[in-house]
Amino acid sequence: MGKIIELKKVNKWFDKFQVLKDIDLEVASQEKIVICGPSGSGKSTLIRCINRLEEHQEGNIIVDGTELAENTKNIEKIRAEVGMVFQQFNLFPHLSILDNCTLAPIWVKKLPKKEAEEVAMRNLTRVQIDDQALKFPGQLSGGQQQRAAIARALCMEPKIMLFDEPTSALDPEMIKEVLDVMVDLAKGGMTMIVVTHEMGFAKEVADYMIFMDEGKIVERAKTKEFFENPKSDRTKLFLSQIL
Amino acid sequence: MNLIAKPSKENIKTYLPIGVVLVTLSFLDVFVNAFFNYNLLGFFPSQISYFSPLILGFIGFYLIRIEFSGVRSLDILNKNINSNNFNAFLTLLTVFIIIKSIPPLLNWFVLDANFLGNSKDDCTGDGACWVFIKVWFNRFMYGLYPDAEQWRINTAFLILFTIVGISFFVSSKLKKYFILFLVFIYPFLGIELISGGSFGLKYVETAAWGGLSLTFIISAFAILFCFPIGVFLALGRRSSLPAIRYVSIGFIELWRGVPLITVLFMSAVMFPMFLPDGTFIDKLIRVLIAITLFEAAYMAEVVRGGLQALPKGQYEAARSLGMGYWKMNLLIILPQALKLVIPGIANTLLALVKDTPLIFVVGLMELAGMIGLAKTNPKWLGMAMEGYVFAGLVFWVICYAMSRYSQNLEKKLSTER
Repeated sequence: MGKIIELKKVNKWFDKFQVLKDIDLEVASQEKIVICGPSGSGKSTLIRCINRLEEHQEGNIIVDGTELAENTKNIEKIRAEVGMVFQQFNLFPHLSILDNCTLAPIWVKKLPKKEAEEVAMRNLTRVQIDDQALKFPGQLSGGQQQRAAIARALCMEPKIMLFDEPTSALDPEMIKEVLDVMVDLAKGGMTMIVVTHEMGFAKEVADYMIFMDEGKIVERAKTKEFFENPKSDRTKLFLSQIL
Repeated sequence: MNLIAKPSKENIKTYLPIGVVLVTLSFLDVFVNAFFNYNLLGFFPSQISYFSPLILGFIGFYLIRIEFSGVRSLDILNKNINSNNFNAFLTLLTVFIIIKSIPPLLNWFVLDANFLGNSKDDCTGDGACWVFIKVWFNRFMYGLYPDAEQWRINTAFLILFTIVGISFFVSSKLKKYFILFLVFIYPFLGIELISGGSFGLKYVETAAWGGLSLTFIISAFAILFCFPIGVFLALGRRSSLPAIRYVSIGFIELWRGVPLITVLFMSAVMFPMFLPDGTFIDKLIRVLIAITLFEAAYMAEVVRGGLQALPKGQYEAARSLGMGYWKMNLLIILPQALKLVIPGIANTLLALVKDTPLIFVVGLMELAGMIGLAKTNPKWLGMAMEGYVFAGLVFWVICYAMSRYSQNLEKKLSTER
């Protein structure tokens, strides 16, 4: 259970506004971490730095033994290993669900088409939308689209999955079907970093909770301790408001 | 006073017949007047008689404007063309103008036109002299291309149309090879066939090319090359590398800012001065390059519009799956962006086709140019009308076909079923 993600003294600015302040974080393989905090606290930016959709200005980010820096070749290799699920799904609307899932394996991992389709169908079955494989994203419900997006990320067989508020854009009744898939994934031993406000989900799967506010990690604790006995007043206030 | 009561369901029995009679009378008057030159209502004083169909029709339309009459066709009619006084007036005016304009057009195009004969003297009627088009037809199609060699142009276009035709019916896997052949091999094959100089074919210099076939050749080549160049320029303009970005911006703004006629003139007259002595680039090729680059600048801006319409999430999703710049653009971004701007692309390409006549400034004569030449022939003076109407019709057919094709493409590529 070695470290797979390591952040050391990471600082990031948008122009003059500092979004991340001295972030230190270590994630071991197969660990599940849930990040919560008020909006604008930098939690999305933090996980977007891990696959370098955002660039950090100071500090080191090491993912699976590779330091993220200007070197492009490495970045693409890392991104292929780090799956990401977005709040707005970001499926490719011009491709069928199956093609959404096979495109990157075929073109990035150079998998033969037939093999890529087998992998895709396996993952679509896992998220229970294999019967929708030939439809286009626009024909699916929000929950189905988000599950398809999870399947698409899984098709790259990533070592790490990042979830950026995966249920925030969904109707309440569709949230559960997406969370079920994520719980299933967690039980399968995937390393996961999840930004979410779904505290029920957090209690069920998270090893660690992280609470962020104003670009800083305010509290990092084992899940049980975090909910039962939070140390900082800011965390207590936040928890009292959302629970 | 119930005599001029508002038409309603109660008095429908009186108002409807009167109204229908008045409207029919007004249409009949205009029709008879236009086609048989007989003034049905001539017994009125002339000032009134001129406006009588409008007045009668207007009153008639007022009388039949019965809300919820219970007669279905009447309700539909009232809703669409007779919903208020102004609407009724516009309806009458439009219909009258259409009826009035049919006879003169019909006379000029067909009834009074001349189809038989071989010279201007055979055109004795008042209408169009289609003899002019008939006699010059060969020149309008092939320009000054030698008669004996014209089979080569025919063959080239026949092959093209055959391949395009077949490619519509073959499976998508074979279609790929057809398209590759059409884009990368056929153009050079076709040009070789038409220009000659090898395989025992007589060389025909490009100055002799002309007519509609030249319109097609220039349009096809310019479309083929301006499209990819435009796409690259659009990507370049959005590049994060300053050198590429500024070169693209400079190129686009330079070519968009000059009139095509200037560009063509420069390419034909000024450009050779900069070449070292003894080098020679064919005038047609220079013109082709000029048109291609000119239209590419427009194409670039159309494509950029599509690129900017895509949400940022598409770029992020592609990158998060490990795709690099080219894979992201070719697989994810461009297919969506180009689909979005099909109407704009069609617009640019239509404009390109209609810009080709401008090559007359460098002495090349496609269809409109040949017509310009023919109408100044001493034996055929005064044929400008026939010639340009013919050119207009041909261009319209070409452009309308392109427009329909682009609409079909839009429908076919739509995934929002």
